[in-house]
Amino acid sequence: MQRVRHNLLNRALAHAALITYTIIALFPVVIILINSFKTRKAIFRHPLQPPTPDTFSLIGYETVLKQGDYLHYFQNSLIVTVGSLFFILLFGAMAAFALSEYRFKGNTLMGLYLAIGIMIPIRLGTVAILQFMVAAHLVNTLTALILVYTAQGLPLAIFILSEFMRQVSADLKDAGRIDGLSEYRIFFRLVLPLVRPALATVAVFNMIPIWNDLWFPLILAPGEETKTLTLGSQVFIGQFVTDWNAVLSGLSLAILPVMILYVIFSRQLIRGITSGAVK
Amino acid sequence: MGSLTLKNICKTFGKVEVLHNIDLEVEDGEFVVFVGPSGCGKSTLLRIIAGLEDATSGDVIIGGERVNHLPPSKRGIAMVFQTYALYPHLTVKKNMSLGLKQAGESSAVIEERVARAARMLELEPYLDRRPAELSGGQRQRVAIGRAVVREPKLFLFDEPLSNLDAALRVNTRIEIADLHRRLGTSIVYVTHDQVEAMTLADKIVVLQDGYVEQVGAPMQLYNDPDNIFVAGFIGSPAMNFLDARLLDMPPDVRTIGLRPEAISLGDDGPIAGKISHLEHLGADTNVYVHVDDKLVTVRLFGQHDYEVGAAVRLCFSPGSVFRFDEQGKRIR
Ligand SMILES: Nc1ncnc2c1ncn2[C@@H]1O[C@H](COP(=O)(O)OP(=O)(O)OP(=O)(O)O)[C@@H](O)[C@H]1O
Ligand SMILES: [Mg+2]
Repeated sequence: MQRVRHNLLNRALAHAALITYTIIALFPVVIILINSFKTRKAIFRHPLQPPTPDTFSLIGYETVLKQGDYLHYFQNSLIVTVGSLFFILLFGAMAAFALSEYRFKGNTLMGLYLAIGIMIPIRLGTVAILQFMVAAHLVNTLTALILVYTAQGLPLAIFILSEFMRQVSADLKDAGRIDGLSEYRIFFRLVLPLVRPALATVAVFNMIPIWNDLWFPLILAPGEETKTLTLGSQVFIGQFVTDWNAVLSGLSLAILPVMILYVIFSRQLIRGITSGAVK
Repeated sequence: MGSLTLKNICKTFGKVEVLHNIDLEVEDGEFVVFVGPSGCGKSTLLRIIAGLEDATSGDVIIGGERVNHLPPSKRGIAMVFQTYALYPHLTVKKNMSLGLKQAGESSAVIEERVARAARMLELEPYLDRRPAELSGGQRQRVAIGRAVVREPKLFLFDEPLSNLDAALRVNTRIEIADLHRRLGTSIVYVTHDQVEAMTLADKIVVLQDGYVEQVGAPMQLYNDPDNIFVAGFIGSPAMNFLDARLLDMPPDVRTIGLRPEAISLGDDGPIAGKISHLEHLGADTNVYVHVDDKLVTVRLFGQHDYEVGAAVRLCFSPGSVFRFDEQGKRIR
């Protein structure tokens, strides 16, 4: 009986802490969302109030969508994010497989070399990257962004994935070899499905920084054709006047795809994060 | 046909030499067991036969063909692993048929072979289940089934029973022996359990630190071990080793060995000791006797009662004493 009550108290405290944290984390998002549906006046007068019939307005969304290119920016962001994630996961998993599965000279050294990128931010190399992109005629292309984000995401991806791949049963891979599966089939059919939680973890950790990044789009692809959403939204933030309706609506819309991607990955993500704790 | 020859196999990992000049003949239809303590290189040797690991030097010859350059799937072997290693996302049936499909067999042949193996291993009710929905024993039977459908020249087993509980281990052991009788295919079987080795093998290969200590039939190793390691490894409870000076022995004999079942307790044996512990097993009684600072195991048949602390003498016939020299080599 004592134990049960103790447990209840513990659980209540844990839930209180989690709920508090959730409220704090969601607060700004909710503020953005409710204000995006209000008139400009109402935003400034009662920023915490939900929209009422009086103050309800879709003017922000109208501005954003009328801006015309907004959907295009959206598409650019989506292409860059999904493209980068695809290559990070593909090449990261392949490199991790090689590092964890094959014995070759310099294996450890190679692993360290690939992990260095975790500690050195890629932005330090911006100038060189820009020069390189100019030379390769890749400035103002989405390819440039995908290449850079792939490079940025690979080190951590390789590090996490190779750790998980080491845990995949060696016997299983050997059984595949005896059954005549090629190394590629072993990788794609046996190993990848087993490290799916790790893949989801890597995907989520990479997705948000790429989606939100302003730096590289501004430097490598500032052209109208290749603007990403984050960069595109800057047009509403003027030096003298800021169209807050449009900014808030733009931000609200920008949250959506990340949320959708997150929902897709989240179950795997949770398994990935807790798998170490449960075993 | 299903014979296996190893010629001068050496294996090094980096600078560590784990296998030293291994030579071995396995005849067609023979059941050979590699046995030895943990880390002695049994699995490595098996993996070299399978082609999962390259030998640093030496030849592997299966069915008269040198297979050094062939990948595992082309060597005519099938392997069963300690951890079952079933494909988790495939049903039992697909687990068993994948290898054949890869080899390009027709679906009629696959169906027929899987059905036959499933009948033999009593897996028919489970064909559509996933490995996660099976018990440990069933999983191991599926793994064996997967090996059987390949109709290999040679089966390789790497400690297939280690993950099973004691009762299941005995059952599966009998099933494997039965399988061997029915199929008549050569088997190389790795274990560190000498009881498994004794009960299954036509021929036992005792390994230690990457060297072959002795090769022979189970009873040959039991009755006529070449050295102190084999003598101590084969037989359970293990042989007792005592200082040769306790008996009147030639000067080159350093150690004497006595099997626990060759000793009886009496009043006029050559070695004196004190009883320190008793284990009653029903059919047997194990008596532990302190001789100097050594503990000697005596296995008495039937039920006996002694008082702990009582002084006894160990009785045995002179012919049952094994003699070893300074290097641990047997003096016959
Ligand atoms: N991939 C490897 N790299 C380096 N050393 C290895 C490797 N695989 C095995 N070894 C070493 O080779 C030796 C033999 O290993 P092996 O797995 O063959 O032992 P084993 O007899 O099967 O032992 P166990 O009964 O524990 O399975 C061990 O000392 C081990 O440390
Ligand atoms: Mg082993």
